[in-house]
Amino acid sequence: MTDHFQDRHIGTDAAAQATMLAAVGYPTVDALVNAAVPPSIHVKPLDGSSIPAAASERDALAELRRLAGSNRVRRSMIGLGYYDTITPAVIKRNVLENPSWYTAYTPYQPEISQGRLEALINFQTMVSDLTGMATANASMLDEGTAVVEAMLLARRASGSASNVFLVDADALPQTKALLRTRAEAVGIDLREARWSSSGEAAYRDPADGFDTPSAAQPAFGALIQYPGASGRVWDPREVIAAVQAQGGVAVVAADLLALTLLASPGDLGADVAVGTSQRFGVPMGFGGPHAGYMAVRAGLERQLPGRLVGVSQDADGHPAYRLSLQAREQHIRREKATSNICTAQVLLAVMASMYAVYHGPHGLKRIAQSVNIRARLFARRVGVHGDYFDTVTVPVPGRAAAIVADAGERGILLHLVDDDTVSVSFDETSADGSLDAALDEIFGLDASTDGPVDGQSWPDSLTREGDYLTHPVFNTHRSETAMMRYLKYLADKDYALDRGMIPLGSCTMKLNAATEMEAVTWPEFAGLHPFAPESDVEGYLQLIGELQGWLAEVTGYDSVSLQPNAGSQGELAGLLAIRGYHRSRGDLERTVCLIPSSAHGTNAASAVLAGMRVVVVACDDLGNVDLDDLRVKVAEHAGDLAALMITYPSTHGVYEHEVRAICEAVHEAGGQVYVDGANLNALLGYARFGDFGGDVSHLNLHKTFCIPHGGGGPGVGPVAAKAHLAPFLPSHPMQQRDLIAGRSSSPDGVSRPHTVISAAPYGSPSILPISWAYVRMMGAEGLKAATGAAVLAANYVAVRLREHYPVLYAGDNGLVAHECILDLRPLKEATGIDNNDVAKRLIDYGFHAPTMSFPVPGTLMIEPTESEDLAEIDRFIDAMIAIKEEADAVAAGVWPADDNPLVHAPHTAQSVIEGEWNHAYSRELAVYPLRSLIRGKYWPPVRRVDNAYGDRNLVCACPPVEAFA
Amino acid sequence: MADPKTLQYTAEHEWVLVDGAVATVGITAYAAEKLGDIVFVDLPKAGSSVAEGKVVGEIESTKSVGELFAPVNGTVVEANDAVVASPELVNSDPFGEGWLIKVEYAELPALLSFDEYSKLTGE
Repeated sequence: MTDHFQDRHIGTDAAAQATMLAAVGYPTVDALVNAAVPPSIHVKPLDGSSIPAAASERDALAELRRLAGSNRVRRSMIGLGYYDTITPAVIKRNVLENPSWYTAYTPYQPEISQGRLEALINFQTMVSDLTGMATANASMLDEGTAVVEAMLLARRASGSASNVFLVDADALPQTKALLRTRAEAVGIDLREARWSSSGEAAYRDPADGFDTPSAAQPAFGALIQYPGASGRVWDPREVIAAVQAQGGVAVVAADLLALTLLASPGDLGADVAVGTSQRFGVPMGFGGPHAGYMAVRAGLERQLPGRLVGVSQDADGHPAYRLSLQAREQHIRREKATSNICTAQVLLAVMASMYAVYHGPHGLKRIAQSVNIRARLFARRVGVHGDYFDTVTVPVPGRAAAIVADAGERGILLHLVDDDTVSVSFDETSADGSLDAALDEIFGLDASTDGPVDGQSWPDSLTREGDYLTHPVFNTHRSETAMMRYLKYLADKDYALDRGMIPLGSCTMKLNAATEMEAVTWPEFAGLHPFAPESDVEGYLQLIGELQGWLAEVTGYDSVSLQPNAGSQGELAGLLAIRGYHRSRGDLERTVCLIPSSAHGTNAASAVLAGMRVVVVACDDLGNVDLDDLRVKVAEHAGDLAALMITYPSTHGVYEHEVRAICEAVHEAGGQVYVDGANLNALLGYARFGDFGGDVSHLNLHKTFCIPHGGGGPGVGPVAAKAHLAPFLPSHPMQQRDLIAGRSSSPDGVSRPHTVISAAPYGSPSILPISWAYVRMMGAEGLKAATGAAVLAANYVAVRLREHYPVLYAGDNGLVAHECILDLRPLKEATGIDNNDVAKRLIDYGFHAPTMSFPVPGTLMIEPTESEDLAEIDRFIDAMIAIKEEADAVAAGVWPADDNPLVHAPHTAQSVIEGEWNHAYSRELAVYPLRSLIRGKYWPPVRRVDNAYGDRNLVCACPPVEAFA
Repeated sequence: MADPKTLQYTAEHEWVLVDGAVATVGITAYAAEKLGDIVFVDLPKAGSSVAEGKVVGEIESTKSVGELFAPVNGTVVEANDAVVASPELVNSDPFGEGWLIKVEYAELPALLSFDEYSKLTGE
């Protein structure tokens, strides 16, 4: 008999589902889901499908091998922000290919996340040390978006009244393209600048040529690329001082490897440093994923976007890490947030930080020196003088195209700057001289001129002074044995899917199957530069095209772009498409975005960044959009309505009955409907956004389509749209091919600038084989079966827990969607035990807590997904029931309100072993509330973490070793 | 610490203590409790003018952000540096050490009495 992947992916078999259906009261899964999903939106049978019948794991891998074989990996010397690098095998195997790292969730529950929090604080320390800045965050999506975020930070923090942001003419081309898209939407005026180290400048509007040097241009901020895209290294101190003298914020985009030798942005006086950590051991992957970074000088910490790890202490006063300054983020501040970015690139940031841990400061410096020496030897042979680190720009009058073609035939990719110029970038893989002979032939050089080089290839004022990465963590793990054990030591502190269920509502922590993960590290997928020639990436383009087609089909849309690197970016892309559509029709005043009060805060933050104004629509007591209030708001904004953003099923985990009427009301007023696809796992195969009124949606491949969460990234947030919005979906000036279906249907026939959302043309392609393999191995029927199993599991949990904890919301026939919200406010009222106590006590029982206080304060939201089996679901339910009994015992006076196993949870081994035990409950009950835990238990490394202490005493770098004594 | 019964209030959960032409402003114990552990306070500088009902500062907890509204028109004569250095004072002593700003004003708007405010919060 054939082994069906579907039966491996879905945790419950027919017998288990029969048991669960009996509890829920439905004869079949189909009957259950059809009763839960409003009949008006049930999907109609399709005429033919582009999704092939399910392949076995073996066959899917064989197909991926064929696709990989259609890619051609040549040695890249293209540069432009992407460099080949040697991923230490110990990091590849123990981090990138290790489910303990890649299946973890964002570390919101710090007590079960100390391992990756430590890895991230290593990342922050590495970045702040190398950039010379006070505080670094726990990564950005890529360098281009990091620059955009720095521009927005500069506008918030600057005292300047100017609306101008200056952009280095020698900035990376993809960064310039991203800045254009993002600045236009929020009304920032970009001006390109050519600077000299004496502080002189020439400026231009992007459209015109450069002016002659002029008086300093007032600006709220400036971007300096260091080294420049051309490879040029120059001293920007005078320029930075001039920008700051006018109240502007100076942003330096810096190469981390160069910074091991060059003066840091902090030394130069910069306010903000940004860039990428890709060349620290993370494969190019045809553009991503990689971890961007951002660091700021003292005084700007609170302006940082994204995640920031800090040091606090636990209930016993021991140091403990946790995410700090959470109140900056969009789930709290909504449209006033510092950024719409939620997720980071944790897995890739961990890899980059471990590259620094493994090589240490001396190893990194040695790598940088060998890269630089190789560039200098080449520059001498080719007769180029100048200041550079790793990239040599070579004048070849009239011969550039011929040279690039010749190099290509020899298996080397050079960058064609213009007809008369090429550039050659050296990296860790070419530092051994392995490409020198070929380069000599390409450029017709005489190798005999080689000899030792001395001095340096940059101005004296830019030579780095002082030590960096002096913390012991960067100076200890030199042997592979030590490195392997450090990675295991950290992984052991964390709770990921390889330990048990992570029932986080709205996060869809389903299986990330090993077969899906296989292709990620194949060289044909990992080793490609994002700007490699089209002929080198045919396999990738086919895979991307197929996946886009499949995603369009299952959502009922016409076109998909895979470029956005996170759900938040997909949201922004969708809203920008709506904006572009209205503007193309002359509807410049349509800028109001209606957002229900129950929406995720990211919706509001994204709307603001798309140049829209947020108007909140009320929800009723059941958590549904209040149709009357919606009609009032639509009428009020009939003339300026741009869009409604609605999540379906709702953030409250129910299928809103009136969704069609809601969409129609918006359309009648000339608005567009944005359906947030965060909860698509409750719909796939049963209903389609495009059928019931959606014009555009983002999906989360890291939720519904199996890309692992990586401990808080990578993500992929494709944006899918109806044909009329296709012309406005993300694309890229350097893309190999326009893969967006329906581009020719531009309503006005006008060609327009690319809408660019990510630095690389197709976002993070190296993880797309994961989602491709999932769809390929499930087939359309399997995807539908997964939805059914997920909805059944959530309803089973709701039915079994209902008598212990009220289930807050339900839709048609009293059913929930793929998740359910338990109301713990009555429990707190009755017993004093709150949802936080229950969440922390679940750790003692061996579980990751459900989502806390979202979307309703004082609640827990549970999403079991289709991948958990019945035994694990029952184990979770039984734990929840046992905890309820413990809370009841507190209310009954068995234990005091301030001394019981709930308020003291979680319990570490140390807390029950050391010293006298003076509590009202036993040590056994503290750590072994169930006998079954004795043989296999997850031990949290710290007790409950004090969030307030850490936010009041902000420390975001590695604490000294003595702190842990 | 001021006696809450003698203070005046706004519907935005600020208390106002009037002393001559200067009003001392803080947030109520109810508001501090709802915000949770306060970790950061952003206050207007002395000398800045404030307008009734406008946002002049922020009070940030580990899980939420509250806005500080000016209860009167006037000029800030002092901001409480102790609260900026130790935001937890707003939790531990909201009606005393946790005061936020002192505002010199010309005319006092209609404010709520203790009883009226208590009715508003239902406590």
